[in-house]
Amino acid sequence: RAAAELLAHLERLALVDFRDAEGVERLQKAIQFADRLQEVNTDGVEPMDSVLEDRCLYLREDNVTEGNCTKELLKNAREKVEEYFVAPPGNIPLPKLDEQETFLQGS
Amino acid sequence: WVPVVGLEIHAQISSNSKLFSGSQVQFAAPPNSLVSFFDASLPGTLPVLNRRCVEAAVMTGLALNCRINKKSLFDRKHYFYADLPAGYQITQQRVPIAVNGSLSYSLCIDNKMSQMVTKTVRIKQIQLEQDSGKSLHDDIRSQTLVDLNRAGVGLMEVVMEPDMCCGEEAAAAVRELQLILQALGSSQAVMAEGQLRVDANVSVHHPGEPYGVRTEVKNINSLRFLAKAVDYEIQRQIEELENGGTILNETRAFDSKLGCTVPMRDKEGKQDYRFMPEPNLPPLILYDAKSLPANMSHQQVVNIDWIHERLPDLPSVKRAKLVEQYGILPEHSFTLLNEDGLTEFFENVVKQTQMKPRKVIGWILNDLLSYLKQHSLTVKESPVSSFLLADLLNLLEKKEISAAAAKQVLAELWKGEGKTPLEIVKEKKLELIQDQKELEQICQVVIDGHENEVMAIKAGNRKVLNKLIGLVQRETHGRSNPVLVKQLLEKKLSE
Repeated sequence: RAAAELLAHLERLALVDFRDAEGVERLQKAIQFADRLQEVNTDGVEPMDSVLEDRCLYLREDNVTEGNCTKELLKNAREKVEEYFVAPPGNIPLPKLDEQETFLQGS
Repeated sequence: WVPVVGLEIHAQISSNSKLFSGSQVQFAAPPNSLVSFFDASLPGTLPVLNRRCVEAAVMTGLALNCRINKKSLFDRKHYFYADLPAGYQITQQRVPIAVNGSLSYSLCIDNKMSQMVTKTVRIKQIQLEQDSGKSLHDDIRSQTLVDLNRAGVGLMEVVMEPDMCCGEEAAAAVRELQLILQALGSSQAVMAEGQLRVDANVSVHHPGEPYGVRTEVKNINSLRFLAKAVDYEIQRQIEELENGGTILNETRAFDSKLGCTVPMRDKEGKQDYRFMPEPNLPPLILYDAKSLPANMSHQQVVNIDWIHERLPDLPSVKRAKLVEQYGILPEHSFTLLNEDGLTEFFENVVKQTQMKPRKVIGWILNDLLSYLKQHSLTVKESPVSSFLLADLLNLLEKKEISAAAAKQVLAELWKGEGKTPLEIVKEKKLELIQDQKELEQICQVVIDGHENEVMAIKAGNRKVLNKLIGLVQRETHGRSNPVLVKQLLEKKLSE
């Protein structure tokens, strides 16, 4: 189904895992719940991005007020090398799946 | 084949602190020392827009003849990479701060400075966005080291429409943009320090047919490499298509050592960035003289007209002024602006000498500049100061030495031994012979010794006169004024 392809695509992009049929069902219910928004007639109404849209975007003066906390930041790192964070080499590609498979079927 | 070249240029904004946080912007610093909690994407932190970055983008938009959008929006562009801790970059995808501009640049035809053409490239848009951190790949230990000092630094992305057709045009357009940014001060635009990064979009097609598939070329670190990379990619695509192949819509990296482009690893087909509005930032509203809000603090208001009034002279204006003020040629003005500090040097010499600027420029561009280039020196590093050069040109102007002698003195001055031009002239006995009688005698000797040449001149072959002038010069060891010598010889020959 096209929906299953979309779900698999989203799982790879967002690195989330809908796990099993129950998870997918919960997702479907959530989408149905949100679909009720379609009942409102929005012809000629500008879409709203954020409830902050009427607020002023605060502009900060160009002064240096932060930084210099290398030690604190590195406390979060599992591994470090001389004050650098350590990451795996490049992006680790997700395992390649055949066209018919999705993660969902693996559960 | 019609090649089509577009450019995406990222210019680091020259500011004290980052785009959305108060950590410092600085090129070389201990790893992860210029990183705030927001830059490291720790939960609970929020972006706060830096006013200076907004002004820099407005200045640049105005200088590039763009329409400044009084309302622009911020978006999130999602992708995973170790140097992008948030998992998204804050950018302006839907409504950027400036659109629909243009940039004029000049090219020399046939590598001759004397023939220049002006071209224009359309600017699609300018958007504000965050820079990412830096990844250092350690292939031996199979790991990547991440430094977030650069993460969150403000960038202006300038998108140039595919109006260019070759590497030379691309490099010339970027050079002009560089000069504009430096004149504005909105970016220092030094490519070597990563403050100006260029990606090229290249495709080819037959005239009359639709545009071909384009490739994106990255990892270009200098203007020279930009021209090379673009030209290589055009050739590669033409050859591929003529051999019956196809062009993939891919990203390629320029390998400067091999002078070619290669497919980039780690790019899985077309990326889906899942753009969404940045929920933590309301729209950015800019004002002009007419729309200034009455009851808002000055500090919160960015006034486009106020910025417009205070724009410094752009390179094109500076060049026109130089041509008008000093009577030099347009191509001279290009060279003056192209070398850091050369215009200032030229103007300082002009101030200190009676020689006409039109003559001074020859000494600046032919003698001074070629010497500097030969020894890979910048104008600032010149062993000959503007003061010394002006001193020398004054001696020439007062006809105390000949042009040939002046060149000799200059050669001495390059050694930087601290001698003044006058001292060198005296040392090497280069003064022009001022005694007219002495000169007349020498002319007579030369005439007497060269009957054949004299006959040729009297028979109407004026060119042979130059040979006699040359002989007098030799006799006097270059210490005679050729103009005066010519007069004396002509007078004698007509008697």
